[in-house]
Amino acid sequence: MARNKEGLVLLIDVSPSMHSVLPEIQKVCSLLIQKKLVYSKYDEVGVVVFGTEDTKNDLTKEVGGYEHITVLQPIKVVDGDLVDVVQQLPRGTIPGDFMDAIVVGMDLLIKKFQETIKGKKRICLITNAMYSIKDPYEGTKEDQVYTLAEQMAVHGMKIDCIIYRGNEKRDPHENNVIAENDMLLSIFSKKTKAKAVHVESSTSLLGALRTRNVTPVTTYRGDLEISSTFKIKVWVYKKTAEERFPTLKKYSDKAPSTDKFATHEIKLDYEYKSVQDPTKVVPPEQRIKGYRYGPQVIPISSAELEAVKFRPEKSVKLLGFTNASNIMRHYYMKDVNIFIADPGNKKATIAVSALARAMKEMNKVAILRCVWRQGQANVVIGVLTPKVSDKDNIADSFYFNVLPFAEDVREFQFPSFSSLPASLQPNAEQQEAADKLVMMLDLAPAGKEESLRPEFTPNPVLERFYHHLELKSKHPDAAVPPLDESLKRITEPDPEVTSKNKLVIDEFRRHFELKENPKLKKSTRRLLRDKTSGSYENQSTDLVASTSEVKIETFGDLIPVSDFEAMISRRDSPEWVSKAIFGMKNTILDLVENSFEGDNYPKALECLIALRRGCVIEQEPKQFNNFLSHIYRFCQETNLLSFCEFLASKDVTFVTKSEAEDSEIEEQDARSLFVKPGSNS
Amino acid sequence: MRVASPVKTQIHLREHFPPPPHQTKFSSSLKPPQTASASATAKPFPPNGRRILPSTAGLMDIDPDDVFRDDEDDAENDPLQERQSSKELVVFLVDASPKMFNITCPGEDRENASHFHVAVSCVAQSIKIQIINRPYDEIAICFFNTREKKNLQDLNGVYVFNVAEREHLDSLTARFIKEFDRVEESFSKVIGSEYGIIPGSRDNSLYNALWVAQALLRKGSAKTAEKRILLLTNEDDPFGSIKGVTKLDMTRTTLQRAKDAQDLGITIELLPLSSPNEEFNVSLFYADLIGLDGDELAQFMPLAGERFEDMNKQLRKRMFKKRRVRRISFMIAGGLSIELNTYALIRPTVPAKVTWLDSVTNLPLKAERSLICADTGAIVKDPIKRFQTYKNEDITFTIDELSEIKRVSTGNLRLLGFKPLSCLKDYHNLKPPLFVCPSDEEVMGSTCIFIALHRSMIRLKRFAVAFYGSSSRPQLVGLIAQEEIIDSGGQIEPPGMHMIYLPYSDDIRPIEELHADNSGVPSATDDQIQKAAALVKRVDLKDFSVCQFSNPVLQSHYALVQAMALDEDEMPEIVDETLPDEEGMARPGIAKALEEFKICVYGENYDEEDEKAAHAKAGKKRKQFTEEAVNKGAYYDWGKLADDGKLKDLTVQELKYYLTANKLTVAGKKEALISRILTHMGK
Repeated sequence: MARNKEGLVLLIDVSPSMHSVLPEIQKVCSLLIQKKLVYSKYDEVGVVVFGTEDTKNDLTKEVGGYEHITVLQPIKVVDGDLVDVVQQLPRGTIPGDFMDAIVVGMDLLIKKFQETIKGKKRICLITNAMYSIKDPYEGTKEDQVYTLAEQMAVHGMKIDCIIYRGNEKRDPHENNVIAENDMLLSIFSKKTKAKAVHVESSTSLLGALRTRNVTPVTTYRGDLEISSTFKIKVWVYKKTAEERFPTLKKYSDKAPSTDKFATHEIKLDYEYKSVQDPTKVVPPEQRIKGYRYGPQVIPISSAELEAVKFRPEKSVKLLGFTNASNIMRHYYMKDVNIFIADPGNKKATIAVSALARAMKEMNKVAILRCVWRQGQANVVIGVLTPKVSDKDNIADSFYFNVLPFAEDVREFQFPSFSSLPASLQPNAEQQEAADKLVMMLDLAPAGKEESLRPEFTPNPVLERFYHHLELKSKHPDAAVPPLDESLKRITEPDPEVTSKNKLVIDEFRRHFELKENPKLKKSTRRLLRDKTSGSYENQSTDLVASTSEVKIETFGDLIPVSDFEAMISRRDSPEWVSKAIFGMKNTILDLVENSFEGDNYPKALECLIALRRGCVIEQEPKQFNNFLSHIYRFCQETNLLSFCEFLASKDVTFVTKSEAEDSEIEEQDARSLFVKPGSNS
Repeated sequence: MRVASPVKTQIHLREHFPPPPHQTKFSSSLKPPQTASASATAKPFPPNGRRILPSTAGLMDIDPDDVFRDDEDDAENDPLQERQSSKELVVFLVDASPKMFNITCPGEDRENASHFHVAVSCVAQSIKIQIINRPYDEIAICFFNTREKKNLQDLNGVYVFNVAEREHLDSLTARFIKEFDRVEESFSKVIGSEYGIIPGSRDNSLYNALWVAQALLRKGSAKTAEKRILLLTNEDDPFGSIKGVTKLDMTRTTLQRAKDAQDLGITIELLPLSSPNEEFNVSLFYADLIGLDGDELAQFMPLAGERFEDMNKQLRKRMFKKRRVRRISFMIAGGLSIELNTYALIRPTVPAKVTWLDSVTNLPLKAERSLICADTGAIVKDPIKRFQTYKNEDITFTIDELSEIKRVSTGNLRLLGFKPLSCLKDYHNLKPPLFVCPSDEEVMGSTCIFIALHRSMIRLKRFAVAFYGSSSRPQLVGLIAQEEIIDSGGQIEPPGMHMIYLPYSDDIRPIEELHADNSGVPSATDDQIQKAAALVKRVDLKDFSVCQFSNPVLQSHYALVQAMALDEDEMPEIVDETLPDEEGMARPGIAKALEEFKICVYGENYDEEDEKAAHAKAGKKRKQFTEEAVNKGAYYDWGKLADDGKLKDLTVQELKYYLTANKLTVAGKKEALISRILTHMGK
């Protein structure tokens, strides 16, 4: 509620060098405001851009200077207009001065809120900090930043800096400027609550700005009991918690459209009725809980449940320490907690620090038993791993992960890889190809930003939902927008990485062979069928579609006809027709070639007829006619004349002009092919 | 209407309180406790528990105040709550020949346990888990090579174990489980052990056992149920004592019997028990019986364990059918897609859901949900739209639109690249992982590619980052290759990859920075770190293994349900294994290390300082507050305000001045405060 309201100023660098990422900045800023509209609608936001041709701010009027800084939107309670404002950021023409912009932002916050909402005032600066800032009238740049930072601390302001640097090459002079600017920005974090993050890709830019402001609440405050006589005061918070898809309410259209105050909400009502007499409603006091035990349902009254209920005391107790290697990563069960020492308690901070550092050094972890709240019905066992801080102003802490109980583990037996037959084992070359692939498809190359770091990866589904929500607020019938290019870097391989490693990938492909299991019945061949019908919108970028038809999009030998018909009638891409025809031709040739004393001929004929039918429907007569001639020649060359005879006897003819206009075969010539061998032989 | 007394009064359960805490042993003496199961106390079984009802399928289990409710109930989180359609019919064939009693292995308390004991206790444990997890499954337990016979076909040497009011092959009941727990006590008297294949007789107890099992499994259609025979034996050569043509003939008929059963859709699984000096040779006879050949034979692992616990563990692993969550395709690169099976190896187990009953008749209730329009009060049928209030408007979405929004990728697993393992932090976690392993069932060659990648990832210490586009929750995942780990107890970690669900940026909270202190935070000195290290070294859980503890909540819940089902008066005592070992902590070595660390950080007066700080703070605050209240309260003419009825015009804060100054409680609503003031004034 309003008690926690935040005052935020967005300072956005719109200098020419930023133009390439402004679309992403617009997206992330509008997402931020949209989430505020949904979750914290009393928050107030102002928008300042710098690097503009024009100047528009109070300070320039009051004291002069501060050119090329435009207050696009003075601080106000979030509303739909704000979304529009950040979605249409102007493109600037001048290298902007971010330090001036910070001063303007501070000025806005101070004038608006004065001494109120202490600690909830925030400045968010998005810049590439590529240009040198102006020298101050007196003192050095550093002095100026120190003064600013102190002022911020006095007014209880936080500053988050997102510094975007593409990975293009820069000359040494630029590098010097960048180094200086980074140094200047780092001063803030020494004096006030500040955070600076550097991002290199547009995808991480989308993830770098925290769009949802959740006030952290402790899960537990109290003792970490090392023993019954030695306790350390700690606070426990959630470190990760999944941001859920918003819970949408069910919509009722019953209210008349004239009713302006209709809530359109739907209430849920549960009634418990007896099974024999469905008209009889059983009141709550007459209900009793039953628990299934085998085929029985055992009634247990709440009094009985209460009497024997397991009720542990609120506490966090150490069970002991163990080697970190004893606790494998996949045993982590839930979202993660963080243990910090009680912030007011210096001794506790030292105790936590000493333990964390000792554990880190010895590669140990601690096992704890936790009951977070009094009256809580369950106990958790978990592992405490040390987090040694590398910053002076941040204390050491622990991460806590819940571990499973004996009942939570299903122990299945799986075959050892080493005992599998040699045919399933990779050989030396295959292993080498795999090694190369694992090395080269590298998402964290040295000297570059680690891509897809969870900390900087936005949730594509939520981004898309809010995007759609905004579109719908303007046009109720707006269609679901396609996934952004930058978001596709999360759901699909990066084409840049793929093309750079094309050789490695090709080599990997060459070394391994995949084929459909011939023993399988068609009806169970779900997996492959899924792929064939995986007509997904972004197939153009999908390597599978372009390279794998030989493997995946072929049809099986068992019922090729229906496969062919299914494929040729697909309408999601024009390519399918030619793919289907091509595939069918191969199938027919295979059938004829592999035939033993003509056993495959009826099947081949069936396929040929299907192909003919398909070609007539799709008006592709040449495809069929040429193939028929081809197979005829093929049979003559390979001593399979019996198939030609078979065809002639079954009266398979060319596709004629009357059936398909493009055909060059006249009605009377339809059987011409088979006449000749007949007369010759 | 018939008036029945409510159930509450019928229950003679005494007031039970949680058992006194019991400590786990720890440090070097810590040994993984056995999976404790709520063992029923030995009490005479009362005839026909009257509160026990047959369950009705398709009941809605809605319990609005069920604390264990989880709204993420998608299929993956709920693999145990299987539908009835996937029910299993299982016949346990337990060899009871003298050889099963003669061969022993070292047990828990250095007492030797016979193979028979191993087999029976494993079956007992597995049915206890089964009744909770898969209540629809139907089970029969047959002993063969017995002295007595009890089976519908009246065949020699086969004894079908059962209890009253239960068919031979039927769902498990509490009574069945309880009686089976005690089967060994009276085994020699009631059933008796006798080897059924002897020279000179045409009797063939193995043949008979298969016949009985097959007859039992005639029930139910093979389409709706899976049928399995689990054969537990330590005799690898059942016809060893027979010679010549008779042997050939017996072998042939037995194999034919097994084949007939398999043709009917029944799978026969062999759980061989072997002893260290005599390994179970599966190729002597059983390979033919269960149809192993070539590669499969090489892969078949005899139970190798020497100790009781090992055998027990391995048997349990094999008794449960491996169930995959789903089959997915893993798109690697350049159009290569391999086939993977996913398994949920770790999922939180919670007490079963509540079925509401009518307390008068004890019959299940049907829950009916109705949707009521909040504006008009009309009943709404299946609303197809959802809405979100946004910019003071109701923005509606159809279900189709919502699922389209979530469809950001095909339903496959898509490889994006690899990273060093160090990039995966301890806080990159949201929920339990899925286990994936390859399958060549549909796409041949999958296993080979998977193994190659698996080896490379382990050798290069890298994990794969992929996008898993499930329709309900598309998520970025990390795939960690896990090498197989085997010890004397068999496979501890299966080979494959674990799929870790990675958080997104907004799921991670920057808590560390929350309390950042720019004046610098104290950090430990080297001495303090050394003292801490000494402590860490001392308090070491050497044999700690993940999931060695039973969940005390589940244990006590099921103990209660079981006791009620059997109409027992006494509650079995549940041991909370999760409590620390206070005794161990008090040992001199540990106590010394603890004390040294404590003094080194907190100084000599740890206890006093702690209390003093708390008191000083609170005391100071309170005093200050009282003073202020007295001062401010003096401005008001309380008597006059009360007389004029003006007290209600004051704020709560103002009323509190009076209360605080007069040392009255300040809790409660405004009316309560006013009346408290009036009472104090005597008005």
